[in-house]
Amino acid sequence: MLEIAYFSWVRERMGVAGEAVEVPADVADVAALLAWLGARDERGALAFAEPHRIRAAIDGAMMGPDAPLSGAREVALFPPVTGG
Amino acid sequence: MIRVLVQPDAIDVTAEFDLHDAGGHGASASFIGRVRGDDGLTELFLEHHPAMTGAGLAALAHAAADRWKLSALTLIHRVGAMAPGDTIVLVLASSAHRAEALAASEFLIDRLKTDVMLWKRETFGDGRVGWVEEREGDQARAERWSL
Repeated sequence: MLEIAYFSWVRERMGVAGEAVEVPADVADVAALLAWLGARDERGALAFAEPHRIRAAIDGAMMGPDAPLSGAREVALFPPVTGG
Repeated sequence: MIRVLVQPDAIDVTAEFDLHDAGGHGASASFIGRVRGDDGLTELFLEHHPAMTGAGLAALAHAAADRWKLSALTLIHRVGAMAPGDTIVLVLASSAHRAEALAASEFLIDRLKTDVMLWKRETFGDGRVGWVEEREGDQARAERWSL
């Protein structure tokens, strides 16, 4: 199982702050995860229609779309940050 | 001394400066970010990650301390609901001389805006609510500090 945490408008569009999912074996990296979530249901299509607007962190470290999911415990998905 | 905080409570700038300045430093630089009440904004909400926001701030603070010779560093970010005029972020950097203190404080606020997990949501008096979009200029300013 993979824990996914959502933030900001990604969280709002998904309707939950996080979930534990069984990811298919062929979903190997962040880009594939976004595509899979986007195709899974309507809320996913709404949240991940523009994957270039989504950033990811795997187990606390910011990662690019090519980052592999193997060994990941938690993936956070969110829009570009706007603090400060 | 490095002091990093993520807090829902109001930032007491005077008390934090007194704590930061205890013992005295040759040169101290500060950056204070406040909520602007533009366009009838009534609330600014800062969403954060329970673990990664603080970890991200701490990583930036240590990067600054590695890069410049600092005698004290304070980096505090508020989270949750804020009103116009409230302090969102406080950066204090001290060194023996001004150049390092000024550079470190500018580095911290520039990189904080692109590297740390925080998201702003604005609420306006007429009922509009929306998430703030990232600014292209912020990315360019942050990239200036790449080693």
